[in-house]
Order: sequence, then structure tokens, then C-alpha cells
Amino acid sequence: MRSIEKKPLPLISPLGRGAIRLLNHLGALSIFLVKSFFMIFQPKQLPLIIEQVYSIGARSAMIVALVGLFTGMVLGLQLFYTLVKFGSAGVLGSAVALSLVRELGPVLTAIMVTARAGSAMAAEIGSQRISEQIDALATMRIDPLRYLVSPRIAASMISFPLLTALFDIIGIIGGYITGVMLLGVNSGAYFYRVRSSVEMEDITSGFVKAVAFSVIVSTVCCFQGYFTHMQKDAYGAKAVGLSTTSAVVLSCVLILVGDYVVTSLLL
Amino acid sequence: MEQPLIEFRGVTKRFNNHTVLDQVDLQIYEGEVATIVGKSGSGKSVLLKHIVGLLQPDKGAILFGGKSIYKMGKKEWNRYISGVSYMFQNNALFDSMTVFDNIALPLRQTTNLDRKAIEERVRLRLEQMELGEVEKKYPSELSGGMQKRVALSRALATDPKIVLFDEPTTGQDMIRRNAILSMIADYQKRFGFTAILISHDVPDVFFISSRILALSEGKIIFQGTPEEFETLQHPFQHEFVQSLEELQEHLTGIYSKRNFKVRYQKILSRERPQESFVAGLFTLDNFEGICKLLGHTTGQMVLESLGRYINKHFGAVGGFSARQSRSEFSIILPFSYLSEAEQILRDFSMELQEEGLRIIQTEARIYRDICFEFAILAGLAGGEFGAKEIDRIMDDARENQREVARVYCGERR
Repeated sequence: MRSIEKKPLPLISPLGRGAIRLLNHLGALSIFLVKSFFMIFQPKQLPLIIEQVYSIGARSAMIVALVGLFTGMVLGLQLFYTLVKFGSAGVLGSAVALSLVRELGPVLTAIMVTARAGSAMAAEIGSQRISEQIDALATMRIDPLRYLVSPRIAASMISFPLLTALFDIIGIIGGYITGVMLLGVNSGAYFYRVRSSVEMEDITSGFVKAVAFSVIVSTVCCFQGYFTHMQKDAYGAKAVGLSTTSAVVLSCVLILVGDYVVTSLLL
Repeated sequence: MEQPLIEFRGVTKRFNNHTVLDQVDLQIYEGEVATIVGKSGSGKSVLLKHIVGLLQPDKGAILFGGKSIYKMGKKEWNRYISGVSYMFQNNALFDSMTVFDNIALPLRQTTNLDRKAIEERVRLRLEQMELGEVEKKYPSELSGGMQKRVALSRALATDPKIVLFDEPTTGQDMIRRNAILSMIADYQKRFGFTAILISHDVPDVFFISSRILALSEGKIIFQGTPEEFETLQHPFQHEFVQSLEELQEHLTGIYSKRNFKVRYQKILSRERPQESFVAGLFTLDNFEGICKLLGHTTGQMVLESLGRYINKHFGAVGGFSARQSRSEFSIILPFSYLSEAEQILRDFSMELQEEGLRIIQTEARIYRDICFEFAILAGLAGGEFGAKEIDRIMDDARENQREVARVYCGERR
């Protein structure tokens, strides 16, 4: 009987390995999210969640407001000159508000919070991992997912929509500053357009996105920090650095991918 | 036969291709202080982490009360793990929390105690560990020794039944090392937990250990009492224990028990049989009371100072001394008769009462406003080289002990 030699196929094997790795990773991420999510409802979680709402939400408010203001101002500026070409500068309020509420608000808020709080989540949990603090929690019968991860996910789900709302309001004020105060659009027309064009559906879709991004950012950042010790070819502080970088990059990419998916589902 | 509380049966653990634990069999019994000794990197911490489930064996089983811990249901596992505490080698303190919060964390998260009860328990631990002044500080603001004590306080906060100490004395000076060991022994006695220690502090750790387990090249090569370990005929004994004991001798200035015996054997081989000598045993009475009231560090300071004082006095008349147990010192006066030695002891007693105790109190930083009565007991026994085992002569000396000096509080009675 002829023996069949098993030779690795040059192109298929690496692809297959990559696909298995990706599936493994996604599987681990999903289990991590589901377990952490259900732990939100366990006792003794409320003080931890409030603490994280302060850290993720309240402490990000300033930077979100600042970015919102300038985003609104730039939008007001750009859209004014575009709309003037079509003789419809009067609808500036609608253009600014809809852009902010539907797209820019949730996306830019999520990216800003990722940069400020998401990186901190990954770095903090990562350094707790390498200094055995997470092992210490486990030996004290404190589930690290319950104590470290689930309050961050819950706090993100509370904070992201609120920060998005703040971003939208400040952005609309930013558009008002450039459109009305600097470029001479009628003030009443600006706010009338904002009120008449923005519908509840737009606000809801913005909030749905904000919640989706909050889950993506908090899960990815906590996951990267939690498994810092499994980074390839990096240990200690270097591993924490790598985890933080990959948490931020992956979160930003997933925010944009998620934005497309959620938008296409909602429209 | 007594059932072990924790038992390893053929436990093997590999990391990549490196076998760290190789078919390890060991037994830990309830209420004992079991010390695991071994060279760095021999897998002691890995062994300990298996007990709390941080690592799982590739082969073999770990039994608790006869049942595999990996076959326990969730409730059973929770019950088991809630009785186990682990003190990490690098302390693993939460650096973003104050000392108080670090100790309170397991109580807040795993018990239903109210705020006041938690506060009381934490403050009690802080007091016991002499950490009262640093409760609002963060771990990074503390010295290495203090961080160790915070970690120890946290490990004991929930009154566990089994406490695992992963090198609790690393990076400590001699006094602190002995204070921590003394503290462990004291708490173990008071609360009755089973202590499993990893330590390099030979021979100091022997004074508090009921059993020694020696780990070498991934295998348990010895399990038994400290006395049995001292007579172990194995290359490990020579390489590991001797080198550490020599270092110990430089640190304390007096002989370790083992070197004391070696010196005794040397004299024995030089002298003619029937040449007489006198052995003496000094005990710091109520040592545990000193530790309880003035702290373990002060207790160790008193002990160290007393040891130095005895060594100085009897060394001047040709004797040599050693630490016999936690609170005992032994001396040998070669070529002496009991009557001569009694006179030397009387002189020593007077000197100790008149100025020695004051020196000891000053060196141990016991200030005048704090007074604690304690006594020093001494007993002598005559012997002839070759006639009796030294341990039996020491037992005779112990039987002959009487009070030779005392610190009085208030008026002298």
C-alpha cells in the first residue's frame, strides 16, 4: 500500500493557521464579554461602577467637550462655504446637527474616550497582571472579571451615551459660533433648522452607536490588559506598553468597522 | 494514621519542555507549620500556586481532606478557597489603594460585615503589625519591610484556615526576618491555622516549623522534622543548608544550633573522655507576652540583645553559645565543674540584674514610659564528654532552671 505523505500546502497552511488564531481570539473575546457582562448584576458592584463612571465618564467630559466644540466649529465653517455655493446657507443648522448626532458625535466621542480612558484601562489591568495583583484577587476569592472588568464595561455603557450627548450639544454650539456669530447666518434659522431636522430616530441611532462602541472599547481594552502576560516576545513593562498600543489601535479600527455595520443595520 | 489536610499525589508540572515538578508526593497535616526549602528556581512557588488553583498540574492530583480539589463543585471549591490565604513573594499589593484599603479589600468583597466591623478588624490587624501610622499611605510610599507586613496583614484579614507564605522574609534585615517568622508562629498558635512556608532562613525558620519539606530538582527529597532534616545525609543538605548557616552565623554573632553541635563535637574529639564541662540553658520567659504587648520586632530585639549579652559574658570565660529555640540560648563551658559554673552564673545574674537588663531594654528601644515585666531563667547541668548526648544534658539544664533576673514595673517586690 502506498503511503500518503502529508505536506503542508504553501499558501493554505498559513491562512488556515491565521484563521484558527482569529477564531480563537474572537471566541475568547466573546466569552470574556459574556462572563463580564453578566457579572454586572452581582452584588457589591454598584460602588465599583460609580467609581468607574467617574473615571471613564466624568474625567473624560472636558476633553470630549473641547473636541466637540472644535468639531462643531470646523463643521460650521466647512458646511457654510459648501452650502453658500448652492444658496442654502440657511440649512446650516440641519447639516451640523445631523452630522453630529448621527455620525461624528458617537464616533469621535468613542475615539477620544479610547485614547483617554481605554488606554488607561489596558495599562492599569496590564500592570496589575504582571505584578500578580490579579492572581492575588483570585486567591482572595474575588473574581477578577467581576472586580476589574465588569464595572468598566457597565460604566462605559453608562458614560458613552452621556458623553456623546455632551459632544453633540457642544458641537451644535460650536457650529453656532462659526455659522451665526462669525459668518452671519441667522440665529433663529440656525436653531429652527436644528429642531426641525433632528428626529428622535437620529438621536436613538446615535445612542445605539454609542452603546455599541462602549462595549467594543471597554471589552477590547480590558481584554488586552487582562492577557498582557500572554503577549508574544514581550514581558513586564514592555508587554504592558504593547497591550496598551494594541488596545487603542484595535478599538479605533473596530469603532469604524462597527460604525459601518450599525449604520447599515439602522438605515 | 492521620489524614493529611493537603496531599500532592504524583504532581507533575511542565512549562514548555522544562519539568518544574516531577512526580511530587507530599503531605501537609492540619495545624502544622510546614516549611518548604529548596534552591532558587526549584519550583517552590509553582508548588504553592497549585494549592490555590492558580496553576493546574499536567499530571497527578492535589487532595484536600482526601478529595481532589479539581473535582470539587463550585460551592465546595468556594468553601475550600475561602479558607486559604496566599502571601505573594512580591506582596502583590494594590498600588492604587491605601494600606487600609488593601487590608480591607477581602473583607469588603467577600464578607457581609458592615463598615464598622470591617474598620475594627482592619485596625486590629494594623495595630498587631505595628502599621497604625501608615494606614493612609500607599504601598509605594512604604519600605520593603512595611510592605511585607501589609501583605501579611491582608493574608490574615479573613482569619484563614490555611495560609501559604511565599518567601515572607525576602529582603528583610535579620531582626525583621525573625520578627516576621515569630509573628507567623505566634498567629499560627493563636488562630490555629495550617501554615505552609517557603523560606531560605535556615536555621531561624526551623525554630517555628513542625515539618520540613525539601524540594530539589523537581522532587521532594525529604519530609520530616527539623531535627531529622539536620541529620539528613544528602548532597542537598551540604550545598544548601551549610552555606546558609555559615551566613547566619556572621549575622547573629552567635552559633547556630548546628554549628554549636559541630563545635561541641570538635572539642569532644580533642579532649580526653571523662573531661567535665557544664552546659547552661537561658530562657527569655514570657517571650510571647513581649511580642504581644510590645510587638514582634521588639521581641526579636530583646532576644538578639540577650543572646549577645550571654555570648559576651560566657565567651570571656571560654564558653560558647547558640540559639537553642525561639526563646532559648544554650552555652557550653568546657573544662569546668558545676561549682565553678554556679559562681559564674551568680556573677552573671547580678550583672544582668544591675545593668544588663537596662542595656537590653535600651537596645530593644523599650522606653521608660512603657514597662513590661519579664524574667530570664537559667539552669546548669554538668556533663562529661562522651558520657551523655548533648541534648539530654540540655534537658537536665532546663529542669534546673530558675529565675536569674527580672524587669520590674513599679516598686520592686
